[in-house]
Parts: sequence; C-alpha cells; structure tokens
Amino acid sequence: MKILVCISHVPDTTSKINFNADNTQFDTNGVQFVINPNDEFGLTRALWLKEKQGAAVHVVSVGGPETEPTLRKALAIGADEAIRVDQPATDGYSVAQALAPVVNEGQYDLVIAGRESIDYNGGMVPGMLAKLCGYAFVNTCIGLEIEGQSATAVREIDGGKQTLKMSLPLVIGGQKGLVEESDLRIPNMRGIMQARTKPLNVKPGAGAGPKSEVQSFQKPAPKEAVTLAENAEQLISLLHNEAKVI
Amino acid sequence: MPILVYAESDQGAFKKGAQELISFARGIAEKMNTEVIAAVTEDPAQANLGQYGAHRVLYCNHPALKEFNAELTANALAQAAKETGATLVLVSSSADSRYLAPLLAIELDAPYLPNITGLPTSTEPLTFPHNVFTNKATAFTALHGSIGVLGLSKNAFGVQHHPDDAGVSNMDLDLPGSSWEITSTEKANNKVMIADAEVVVSAGRGLKGPENWGMIEELAELMGAATACSKPVSDLGWRPHSEHVGQTGKPVAANLYIAVGISGAIQHLAGINSSKVKVVINTDPEAPFFKAADYGIVGDAFEVVPDLIQKLKDFKAQNA
Repeated sequence: MKILVCISHVPDTTSKINFNADNTQFDTNGVQFVINPNDEFGLTRALWLKEKQGAAVHVVSVGGPETEPTLRKALAIGADEAIRVDQPATDGYSVAQALAPVVNEGQYDLVIAGRESIDYNGGMVPGMLAKLCGYAFVNTCIGLEIEGQSATAVREIDGGKQTLKMSLPLVIGGQKGLVEESDLRIPNMRGIMQARTKPLNVKPGAGAGPKSEVQSFQKPAPKEAVTLAENAEQLISLLHNEAKVI
Repeated sequence: MPILVYAESDQGAFKKGAQELISFARGIAEKMNTEVIAAVTEDPAQANLGQYGAHRVLYCNHPALKEFNAELTANALAQAAKETGATLVLVSSSADSRYLAPLLAIELDAPYLPNITGLPTSTEPLTFPHNVFTNKATAFTALHGSIGVLGLSKNAFGVQHHPDDAGVSNMDLDLPGSSWEITSTEKANNKVMIADAEVVVSAGRGLKGPENWGMIEELAELMGAATACSKPVSDLGWRPHSEHVGQTGKPVAANLYIAVGISGAIQHLAGINSSKVKVVINTDPEAPFFKAADYGIVGDAFEVVPDLIQKLKDFKAQNA
C-alpha cells in the first residue's frame, strides 16, 4: 500500500500573530514553524498502518525551501520519503492543484491530509484534492481501518459520529481521533540521523494558480477591561440587563 | 447573477444557521442588485424562507438527498448553480457544509472562502472579511473568476426578517451513485451540540477531577447550554474528546461562553474567540483569561457555580 501524508508548515500554536507595516503579509520574525497539528495525527496513523500491514509512507508539502526543515521532521518521525512542490502555498485551491499531480503520478492508495491548518483555516485541501483526483473522500476523519481494497472511516459530525464504507483510493481530512494525543510519534535520535539521508525530492510547481488573494490583514481591536461581578446575583444582572445574553 | 444558498434542514426544520445564511445572502444581494435563491433538499412548504430574505426557493427533491451525502449534495448544488447562473453559492459552518464545499468548489472550478465574518468590502473584485490564524486576525480576500463558494462563520451576521413570500419551484435532478456508503450514525439526541449552541458552559483543570463535573452539567442544563472543556481536561480523559474546544479542538461561536476553572491559554482563546460574550470564573485574579473576558468573578468555582445555579433558578422563576 502507498500512503501520502500531506503536511503544512505553519506557525506554532503559541505564536503571536503580527503583520508587516502595510498589513499585507504575515510577519515571520521570531515565529517557530511546525507541522500543522491536524497533520501530525495523520502521520502517526500512516506509520501505524505501515507497521501493521506494510506500506510506504511518503510526505509532501507545497512551499519554498524554508519548509524543508518541517519535511525533515516528518522524515525523522518515520516517513520514508519526502516531496516538496516548489510553489508558494497561496490559497487552498492552488495548493490542491499543486498536490494533484503528485497523487496521480505516485498512484497512492491512501492520502491523509489534515482537516484544517491553523494558519488560514481553509479546511479545503483534502476535499479539493480528492475531487481533482477522482478519489473517495471523508472529512473530519476520526477513525480509519483498511482491509485490502476496502476502507471503513469514522467521520465526526455535529453531535456525534458516522461510519462510512468505501473502496480505495481514498483521501481523508484527518484530525485528533485518528490516534490519541498521547500516541503521537516524535522524532528520536535515530530518526533524526536517518532523516538526513532519506530522499527529499523537489518537484516544480504545477496546476492552476490561485483563485483568491489576500488584500490585507487586520488584528482585532484591543479589548476593554473585564467587568468583574462580586457575586453570582450581580453577574446574572449584568448578563441580563447589560449584555442581554440571558 | 443570483446568489444560491444551501439552506440546511434537519427533519424539515430550517435551523438558525440556515436562517442566518439566507439573511447574509440577502445582504450581499442588495449590494449587488441581484436575488437570493435558497436551495433545499427537504420540503420547504412550512418554512416560509422568504421571511429571512430569500426571493425564491429551489426544492431539490431527490430521494438520494434525503440522507446527507457530501458528494451528491455538492453535485446537486453544482447543477442548481449552473441552471440558475449563480455568481455565488453560500454554505454554513456546519460539519456537513464544510464537507461538501471543497467538492462543490472543484465541480464549479471556483474558489472557496470559509469563515466569513461580514458583508463584502468591495464588489469589484468581490472581497470578504474572514477569520484567519484561528480567530487571531481578520483577512480581506478578493475572489477571482465568475463564481465563488462562500462559508459564513456562525453567528457572524444574525437573522434578519423580511416581509417577503418566496415561491417554491422543484428542480429535477439526475444524480450518479455515490463513491461511499453510510453504514451507521450515532448522535447524542438529548444533548445540545456545541456547533448549534447559543450558550456554552466550559470547564478546565480548576475543577480538579472528573467527579466534580456534576455542577457544570447542571448549570448547562439550566441554561439550555452545551458542555465543553479545555484541552488538558480532554487529554486527561476527564471529559470526552468531542467536548474539547480550542485551537486544535472545536471552535465555539456562541452568544455566551462561560469558562470555569480555565486559565485562558492562547490556544484555548483562539478557538473560542468568536463568542460574543465571554464570562470567566476563576480563583486566580491573574489568570490570562480575565484579559480576554467581558465579565468575570474571581472566586472558588466550588462556591461560585452552585451559587450561580441557585440564583439562576431564582431569576428564571421571577422572569417566567
């Protein structure tokens, strides 16, 4: 089985978000970049499948050379090979378009992409990629079993979950639940050493360009100080009379 | 060049999310001098969708659409968009909408912009404000091409009332078979879902242990609220994963978010930031959450929450 795990290079969850002087670009100064959290669950799940039933696990990311340390980290965690599509990751549409030829050329049975990345929150790459490649698709995937050419996937829905069955090839939009937080694989010394010599292939950018463009950014207005109530009764009065939420 | 709206229903009821989405579409339509068409998959006869701003309703009456399937619904909406010559197709922030929207966007070869928070700031090119960096900032993004798919953030616009009647027409559809099959669905039917909730009562490590959650559940039930928790509490197994809200959990965009015994780490705040009113109950006056809150009580949750429950009961009795 061949598995492709799509990873995004994103600012870590504790990052303060700032923009350049004219508010047209994200300010990367002092920002630590990591593998997008949703993608990490997918990568560990792929490695479980590799260990349990034998599979090649490749990772791919769309971006410039600055994203290579993040790809190397995925190799250190246990992926066999990395691919970087050399193209700026502008909108979700163009990222999906850049990934589709990688999926088609590699003829992957399973593609795992994080359901949503914490930077632009588009949540669209997994679904768009599935549609472009003609693969089945399950979003908000919190469970996956593969048996031969059949897959059973569990999807998180508002207020519960749903089980779906389909044939491979399949794309899933993964998140926590594919594996538990405590099961996430982290790179060990041996992994880090091996990652240096595992293949990291750079492919040229491909597919249609972006269909949307950020014009500017805005940070939220500074918050007013909290209104402290002395007791529950006062709080209820404020919520009813002032905030009008109860 | 009308605006098509996917108005979701559940057993014939068009919930607040659908009403808000239609109202939002009407707001855009007025700026672009065009009309709103609500596309539905269940009988809209009782719903009177005109009252939220729809000019007309298109009933996609096909047996395969009665149980939600993202692939087939995307296909149906693409057909409806082409037939009506729509410039925009609007979806909500529900799990179903987020599942179908990328498929729909590729069918139409269109951009998809989710998490929109307001009306367009420009119509040439069409530019919308939307949440990015998990609610830590707003981006203004222009769409290119002749058609776009938009996702509205929950509670970003509100429901608006119009004195209109919207005529209903049926749309004939041919649909292919689906690439997947739903074999089972499990839903907690009597609980309020975080995705729908107007009020969310959330608690964290300050509660000290899972055995203390009774008062949280009681407060939530009294307020008709959903229960939620912080990431550490979910990781410790004190509460189910489905309750974890925050940057890597579920987003919360409720009218009222009450946080008990949660310190307010950046990741938690990012996820709940779209909530209109935030209330914090914490024993530590230096807790970062107080800087992000609208109202708060500095005090011991084990005293404040039972008192709040009692006073709320009194309040409800007086205002009944």
